[in-house]
Amino acid sequence: MGGSGSRLSKDLLAEYQDLTFLTKQEILLSMYVVSAPHLVDEQQARSGNEHTGTPIAERANRSPLSARAHKRFCELLPQEQQSVEASLRAQVSFEQILSLPELKANPFKERICRVFSTSPTRDSLSFEDFLDLLSVFSDTATPDIKSHYAFRIFDFDDDGTLNREDLSQLVNCLTGESEDTRLSASEMKQLVDNILEESDIDRDGTINLSEFQHVISRSPDFASSFKIVL
Amino acid sequence: MSLRPQGTRGKCSGAGGWRLECSTPMERSPGQGPEEGERRLEPDPRTPHSSQEPSPYDESEVHDSFQQLIQEQSWRAAQEGLELQQRARQAAGSGQHTLLGSEGTHSAATLRILASMPSRTIGRSRGAIISQYYNRTVQLRRRSSRPLLGNLVRSARPSLRMYDLELDPRAQEEEEKQSLLVRELQSLAVAQRDHMLRGMPLSLAEKRSLREKSRTPRGKWRGQRGHGSIFSCCGWLRYACVLTLHSLGLALLSSLQALTPWRYALKRIGGQFGSSVLSYFLFLKTLLAFNALLLLLLLAFMVGPQAAFPPALPGPVPVCTGLELLTGAGCFTHTVMYYGHYSNATLNQPCAGPLEGGRCSPGAGSLPYNMPLAYLFTVGVGFFITCITLVYSMAHSFGESYRVGSTSGIHAITVFCSWDYKVTQKRASRLQQDNIRTRLKELLAEWQLRQSPRSVCRRLRQAAALGLTWLLCLGTALGCAVAVHVFSEFMIQSLEAAGKEAALLVLPLVVGLLNLGAPYLCRILAALEPHDSPVLEVYVAICRNLILKLAILGTLCYHWLGRRVGVLRGQCWEDFVGQELYRFLVMDFILMLLDTLFGELVWRIISEKKLKRRRKPEFDIARNVLELIYGQTLTWLGVLFSPLLPAVQIIKLLLVFYIKKASLLANCQAPRRPWLASHMSTVFLTLLCFPAFLGTAVFLCYAVWHVKPSGICGPFRTLDTMYEAGRVWVRHLEAGGPRVSWLPWVHQYLVENTFFVFLVSALLLAVIYLNIQVVRGQRKVICLLKEQISNEGEDKIFLINKLHSIYERKEREERSRRCPPNPYGPSLDGTYACHCWFDSMITACDLLNPPCQPHKGQYWLLMAGKWKNLPWVFLEFVCVLVSLVSARGCGAQ
Repeated sequence: MGGSGSRLSKDLLAEYQDLTFLTKQEILLSMYVVSAPHLVDEQQARSGNEHTGTPIAERANRSPLSARAHKRFCELLPQEQQSVEASLRAQVSFEQILSLPELKANPFKERICRVFSTSPTRDSLSFEDFLDLLSVFSDTATPDIKSHYAFRIFDFDDDGTLNREDLSQLVNCLTGESEDTRLSASEMKQLVDNILEESDIDRDGTINLSEFQHVISRSPDFASSFKIVL
Repeated sequence: MSLRPQGTRGKCSGAGGWRLECSTPMERSPGQGPEEGERRLEPDPRTPHSSQEPSPYDESEVHDSFQQLIQEQSWRAAQEGLELQQRARQAAGSGQHTLLGSEGTHSAATLRILASMPSRTIGRSRGAIISQYYNRTVQLRRRSSRPLLGNLVRSARPSLRMYDLELDPRAQEEEEKQSLLVRELQSLAVAQRDHMLRGMPLSLAEKRSLREKSRTPRGKWRGQRGHGSIFSCCGWLRYACVLTLHSLGLALLSSLQALTPWRYALKRIGGQFGSSVLSYFLFLKTLLAFNALLLLLLLAFMVGPQAAFPPALPGPVPVCTGLELLTGAGCFTHTVMYYGHYSNATLNQPCAGPLEGGRCSPGAGSLPYNMPLAYLFTVGVGFFITCITLVYSMAHSFGESYRVGSTSGIHAITVFCSWDYKVTQKRASRLQQDNIRTRLKELLAEWQLRQSPRSVCRRLRQAAALGLTWLLCLGTALGCAVAVHVFSEFMIQSLEAAGKEAALLVLPLVVGLLNLGAPYLCRILAALEPHDSPVLEVYVAICRNLILKLAILGTLCYHWLGRRVGVLRGQCWEDFVGQELYRFLVMDFILMLLDTLFGELVWRIISEKKLKRRRKPEFDIARNVLELIYGQTLTWLGVLFSPLLPAVQIIKLLLVFYIKKASLLANCQAPRRPWLASHMSTVFLTLLCFPAFLGTAVFLCYAVWHVKPSGICGPFRTLDTMYEAGRVWVRHLEAGGPRVSWLPWVHQYLVENTFFVFLVSALLLAVIYLNIQVVRGQRKVICLLKEQISNEGEDKIFLINKLHSIYERKEREERSRRCPPNPYGPSLDGTYACHCWFDSMITACDLLNPPCQPHKGQYWLLMAGKWKNLPWVFLEFVCVLVSLVSARGCGAQ
């Protein structure tokens, strides 16, 4: 131990704790998760031989943290960036983030990364962005902030409202993008019409944030499913 | 209408052609003649504005001028934006007021304003978010009425959002807003501020800078982390020590993470099967917590003291053979496990701690430990705490699941909320996509079905099928109950003949088999009936299952308290009932194991190897949850007779968790049916509370108040009912002295007196009634507000259209300035005709030359540019003429 744990100074850790919904443990864990690419491979191997029907019960017992934390966030980076300040400023590209087991299977993974990225080119995440992401998807985050970010994730063209194109793209993500899995054009039109009919309160043809939050507030399942467990 | 102009229209309006809609003669709704092209040269008398407005003369003066303004505007609009009204009329025909076409038809300036409307920027812009949270902070501060620190100009506040034009980012404005927010934040308490900041949808860096800024100067030293200075000189060693300790602490913390029970197991299940299956395991965890709580109480106040002062055993202890693990009898009988072992004496123990019910009054340290009272009060308090927790959690989840005024927005909710972000496996994700697709298709089909009402004959057939299946299911439940009754009577008689231990296991086995088999029968029956929605199907299945279990349990309760008490006169019937419940619990567990083995494992192997099917069996959440509830009911029923039954239940639940998890991961797949996890957990909790807990409470109350305890064993052996113990104690207290005299008084007037109970229930009813009225009122208000919002929305659309027409007018004026003299003269009408003429030319040109879509005013420039290649222009001109003529010809037909 004493690796990235000590690199994150006490004050910084306290600050992260104050400003995000994460606990101290989760912050440290996120440091490990980002920084352990071998874990990803291991996970892939696990899910790969899922079909063979080998006993899986013991696989759930993942090795203790200290053992699997060989590589850390900093070690993804060049040697000269390994100080605290540099590692916090460093950017991890989307490919690395998207290969995390927690995001790998998510059809919205690109959108999630884009929404949380603060770099000017919107193609990489810093450690703090990653913390932001985890904070929003954590257990304790308020429904308000969750629905806000859900709205931004679903707003594919980043124009501040969900219009018909956004909605149909969203439905495509939910049903699968390929030709044989997506809904037919008439079904899609019907569905989008119904959604707008139900949730577009001011009848302007698009769903804005407050209308979206209105819909979300009626579904308690949202807060329990809009979570990523680290 | 001819084909040609329609094609033109479709193409041009798609290409951003407002102008076309406005001026081509062929663009109008069907049924209107071609002569309307002339009418639009003057203000249309049928337009809503000029015809519907009240006369300006009977209004006040202010209104007068306003009216004039409106009229002027509407006249202009009538002139310029005829298409607007036309579309509005069309929209009115369809019953819905919509924006003109898609947004693509608006000019860039309108779009810019549209995009910068506050309702749209809030989902995107940082400035809008900051100002929104500024407003919230102000509200928060006003509510908490803290002194204002900064000298803010109050009037500048409420209209912040109006300056929210994000598309032309004005850094200065954002900074201003930020400083306002910072000042507001400064006036909050630190904890409140952090809470506020945490909930803001901003990035960490922005939150940090806001926090740094809003920190009061006193607290600023914390902000400087100063990594550089620490390594400077003498502080280095100290810092290293602190760092080592710190990292050690962190290591401990992160290893604590691993201790969180079943964290990874639950994550894995959630990742592979989604929230629905996870809800079963979470429910199991909840039950575990309930049992642990109950067991803790029982251990502390009943089992512990009794084990510390064991009574003399009545006879030699029978040798354990191993069968006792199943029957619970034999060598288990005379242990703390069962009621019979507890003494009716006062244990020779001084008062050790504050007991429930104020038994141990301060100063009366010599009050001995009265076992019967402890027995009664511990069970009572345990049940009371369980009840409070259950009702609280049920109310909580009810509040979350059912909101006031929630209407059916099923499509929107399905699309927005159905993705489970916990899912981490590719395969599970694909499965989830399949499920959502099926669900959406089902929803659409359902919706279309609802649009077209079904025939009477079909409805009748459906009702008949429904009634028949219900009848059959109820018959099954009744049959099971009768079978249990007959069999238990038979057992009473045969047991009197030969009291063999293994024979005790027959009744639990029969009941368990009925419990196992009847739901399958109901499921087969359910396949016969047509259900409109899959959710309803799930509820119906749960309902039938529950009725069955209730019928069986009710019969058994009668069997125990009604028959056994009479039959076992002279013996310890409480012990027998406790053992019986233990046997039921164990048998339930064994049958569940077998069911898991055969229903899931063997079935999976058969379906994979023999039937060559790809699908694994589904995990039936409803049935499994009902089994858990059944087990829990048995435990609660038995607590009075066998205080250690919760421990047995805990062991059972732990085993069930691991077995079900292993079986699930190896054999099952997620259910195809959509499953509203949160609604379902509310339903589970309700079922646990209402039939299960309430029924148990009734059973136990009956046992305590009415049934005579057996005379040879247990803490109540000399009394008429168990409740007598409390009365005896109260009488004892009356004699005890004046210091505790309030307790008998409380007992006499509040517990014994029925008036108080009536008063409390009347109050409760009044509160419930009031709440219902409040909810009804809120519903009305919500309806009104919704209406208001939709009115506002229409106003908004109206304003947007207005705005657009103004922009359009401006553009046209600019264009007409550049426009050369037209063939119809310089009058206003002439300008319009000119526009019409150009438009038709452009239309024709577009037809010929799709990529070239010149703007109206640019056409002449274009033509001028093309002067060089005159032949082409000539050709185009001919084409235009031809197209015009053909369009006329078609239109005239």
